[in-house]
Parts: sequence; C-alpha cells; structure tokens
Amino acid sequence: MSMKKKAAADAAAGTSKTKTSAARIRLQKDMGDLGSLPKTMQMSFPDPNDMFNFVLTITPDDGFYKGGVFTFSFKVKEGYPHEAPKVLCTQKIYHPNIDLEGNVCLNILREDWKPVLNINSVMIGLQYIFLEPNPDDPLNKEAAQVLSTNRKLFEQNVNKSMKGGCIGSVTYDCVSA
Amino acid sequence: MQVDGVVNDWPNRWRHPDVYMDRGGPFAPESFIGGDELKEFIHSEDCKILVVGAGGLGCELLKNLALMGFKSIDVIDMDTIDVSNLNRQFLFRYKDVGKSKAEVAAEFIMKRVPGCVVTPYFGKIQDKDEEYYSQFAIIICGLDSVEARRWMNATVLSMYDEDDPSTLKPIVDGGTEGFKGQSRVIIPKSTACYECSLDMQTKPVTFPICTIANTPRMPEHCIQYASILLWPKEYPTTKIDGDDPDHINWLFNEASKRAEEYGIRGVTRTLTMGVVKNIIPAIASTNAIVAAATANEAFKLATSCAATVNNYMMYVGDEGLYTYTFPLEKKADCPVCGTESVKLAIPATWKLHELMESLLERQGTQMKKPSLACGDRSLYMQGPPPLEAATRPNLEKLVSELVKEGDTVVVTDSGLPISLKLVIHFE
Ligand SMILES: [Zn+2]
Repeated sequence: MSMKKKAAADAAAGTSKTKTSAARIRLQKDMGDLGSLPKTMQMSFPDPNDMFNFVLTITPDDGFYKGGVFTFSFKVKEGYPHEAPKVLCTQKIYHPNIDLEGNVCLNILREDWKPVLNINSVMIGLQYIFLEPNPDDPLNKEAAQVLSTNRKLFEQNVNKSMKGGCIGSVTYDCVSA
Repeated sequence: MQVDGVVNDWPNRWRHPDVYMDRGGPFAPESFIGGDELKEFIHSEDCKILVVGAGGLGCELLKNLALMGFKSIDVIDMDTIDVSNLNRQFLFRYKDVGKSKAEVAAEFIMKRVPGCVVTPYFGKIQDKDEEYYSQFAIIICGLDSVEARRWMNATVLSMYDEDDPSTLKPIVDGGTEGFKGQSRVIIPKSTACYECSLDMQTKPVTFPICTIANTPRMPEHCIQYASILLWPKEYPTTKIDGDDPDHINWLFNEASKRAEEYGIRGVTRTLTMGVVKNIIPAIASTNAIVAAATANEAFKLATSCAATVNNYMMYVGDEGLYTYTFPLEKKADCPVCGTESVKLAIPATWKLHELMESLLERQGTQMKKPSLACGDRSLYMQGPPPLEAATRPNLEKLVSELVKEGDTVVVTDSGLPISLKLVIHFE
C-alpha cells in the first residue's frame, strides 16, 4: 500500500468508530423536527441515549376517548425508514381498531407505509383513531359491532372500560386521567 | 497450473477483451488510454474487485469477472450452501452442501480459471472495516437484502474524501426478483446512491392487520395470522427464526387450522417458509442477464473503454420484455449522499453552545434549530422535550469533552434537506 493510500485508510478507519447510520440520521431529523409537541401528546424515553425506543402517551381532548391516557411503545429498527416503526398499545383498551394484545390497525403502520412518512405521521395517525374509531377495520370485532349499531352504547362501553370495567367477558385496564 | 496458483497467460487468451482495451469504443471517456499498460492493470492486483454475495448473482458475477481477465477478486458471503441453492448456483455441487458459499465459489473459480486468485471471506460485510474496503478498485453487489445494500452503500460513500480521489470507489449493484431485475452504477457523490432509491425497493408483502385478524381470503393471510397475531401471544419472548424447522412447523400447523376454518386452500410448509422469510422467487436466467450486465459495467468502469450506464437499468421481463435505462436523480434529502461533509476547525476552548451558535451564523445554510449527534450519541436534541432536557447539560460542556479530534458530528435541522457532517478539528 502506498503511503498516501495508507494514510487515507487510517483516516477512514479512524472515523468508522463514530459513524452515524442512515436510519439514525433520519430518526434524528424526525425527532428534531418534532420540536415541542401538541398538548395531547407526550413522549418519554426509557433511555435518553436510545432514540430508537420510546413511549408515546396520547390524552385525547375530544371524542369518545376524552379523559383517557393511552400509551404506545415504539420500536424503530435499523431498517427505518424502509421499514415502519413497530407500535403496540401497552394497555388493554376497548377500541375497534386495537386488539387486546395491543396490535393497532393503522394502514401506515403496515401496508401503506412509505419511506417518506415519518414518526410524526404515525403519531398523528394514532391520535386520529381515538378521535375517529373506524368500525370498518375491526381488530376488536365486538367493539366495532357496537360502534356501528349503537353509538350511545359504544360511548357507555368506552367510559366503563376506561375506568377499568368489564365489557362482555373482558376486563379492561383503567386508563382514566 | 503451477503450484502457487499463478500461470502465465497463453497466447491470445484475452484476445477479445484486449480488442477493447487497445482501442476503446467511440463513446469511451476522454480518460481512456488503451494499450499494454491498461491490460496489465486489469490483470493485476491493483485492480482488485470485491464481489459481495456468492449466491445466485454472485456465482454468475465471479464466473463473468474471471473470464474477462480480472485476476484478483475477493468474495464475501455469510451463508452456507443449502440443497435448494443447487438448482441455480452452479459453482456448488451436492457434496458442498453445508459449506461456505464464498469458500466453495472461490475454490471453483480458481480451479476453472487458472491464474485468477479469489479470496473468500465467510462472514458478514459488517465484520470488515473501511481499511478492508479501501483496497478495492470496484465493489460489486449481488445481494438479496435491502439492509445489506444500505450498509454497503453507506460505508462506501462515507469512505469518499473529495480531497483524495483514491478514496472514490464505484459500486455496481445488481438485483433480481423473479423475471425482473436491475443493474446500476453508483459513483459516490456524483450519481444517486442506493439510499436515494429506497422508496423504489420492494417492500416485504404486508396485509392490513384487520384483514389478517377478521377476513382472511388468501393462504398468506392465514400464515401471517399465525406469525403476527398468534406467535407473540404464545411465545412473547422468542423471535421467529425462519430457519428453525420447529418454528416453521408450529406456524404451518396454526396457519392450516386457520385456513380450514375459513375454507382457504393453499397453505403449505413451503409457502409458510416463503412468507415468513419473505423469499422472492429466483429465476436462474434473470440472474444470468443481470449479472452479465453488471459485470460488463464493472469492466467498462475499470478500463474506461466505453461509456457506462447512466445510471440505472431496469430489466422488466414480467410484462412482455423491455429494458429501461434512466439517470436516477440524487435526492436532496438523502441521509447518505445528500449530506455535505465539511472540515471544521474550532478553538479547543469552545463549549457546545458556541459550536451551535456558529452553525446558526453559517453562510449558505439557514439553520434554525440544529440537533447534533456523534456516532450513536445525541449531543444536543431540539426535541422532543425529554430528549432536549436530557441533552441540555451538554451545551455547557467543552466540545472536546464530547467528541475526539477528527470525529464526525452529524447536524440535522429543519432548514437542511437532511443533514450536515462536521469533521471536527481542535485548534
Ligand atoms: Zn443518496
């Protein structure tokens, strides 16, 4: 190896330790661009040095779910933004689009994910399903059924469930503020 | 063949490629200088080629490169040979099952093409550092994963230092998917890079989760019901391993029950494995076509004997047959190539907030709220609030406490298309 080549290789090897991955650069941009959050959303980081894993708390200020505090775990992988972040609701809640294991039916988390979307798009999407639960894409079929046939009963069920009550055979987590 | 693996070329061995190395084509770049020196270069160790991947494309690439006169080739692959590879990965025989693809491929080529030295590495691309990658003239990728390509692309682009032309390593990338494929040339900083084309890459097939949960219609829905909804319930702490027969059997059984319940036909063990591992069918001839184009581009890049593709060729064989070549544009917001890298000398007494203030005053960019990181560590984040709070104490720290001489600080800002890299030097 020539001297010049050797020097270049050394310099290259020296910087490799501090390389920032494309996924991290993109996530850093997403996060920085979030700036302050709307008052219905909060984020927390179990490890502030780890941007890839965090918890989003949504406190809807309108709709059926007003008064509830809902938490979602976000796991972003190195495949980001080719791959969507993995999002789960960490509570057992009564919602037509969220099942009892916390899986969320939100198109942009799966079939409609695109690399141009970002963390903020997912946060807005999650907020939206509390304002407008959609009985046509059910994950909790019973809840969806009630929402499409009897909105009054649905509202009562949501209120009961948010206080930790039972709907059918399921006891839900208390999520009231 | 001599014992040390080196043979003298016999007369006229390279007569055909030599024609092009003597005179070049009508559209050869101005840099083309034909003749014996060029021929010697191509056959020498100074023109060392790296082939990443020794699978369907890799076997074809190695054969093509060796037969064109490249005599110094490295090949990397982390996989071992599986029986299912033998139908198209023609450098392997039944007796090789279980052995390293890279090692068997290298041995085969060296036996078949005397004088060609192929050095295998049985392992991951991530095991190797920039010093390793800097020894090659050209890097050729024949990979089947987006993740590996992104890593290779980012590594090769980050090695490029505009002040040192020897750090410029072109990538020639081939890929296939059934009857479709593509071959492209990536010249760091002058053409689009792999990351620029991320939104063109095929995503793993996904279905709406409510369809999987409630209204399955296809065998794939039943398999994803088992893998996405049932598995995490049954084994919350174990990740599915598509190569573990027990995992596949469990998923296959559950998917079959689901299929029976809904009267859906077509759930098989093979399909289960295909869906879980996201296997894209590989057609041997498509590999041959794409690898041939890819190897020819590498030869033209190495010799300058003719113009290379500008810069992306699609081979579309699943809707009749056509090829389409177009100059893929660089993306301004590409986190790999859209990032300008600047050397920045700062006083050793500066605190992080002073560095931040100097960024706001920087000419030519309109930064308002820069967030800074070094490697995997955030130095200062403008948001969200908990990250801002956690990194705020750094503002009063000396930059020299946070980064080392020569470290790269990555700056993102809403005023930047994506980011700016600062290579920090202390005065
Ligand atoms: Zn790019």
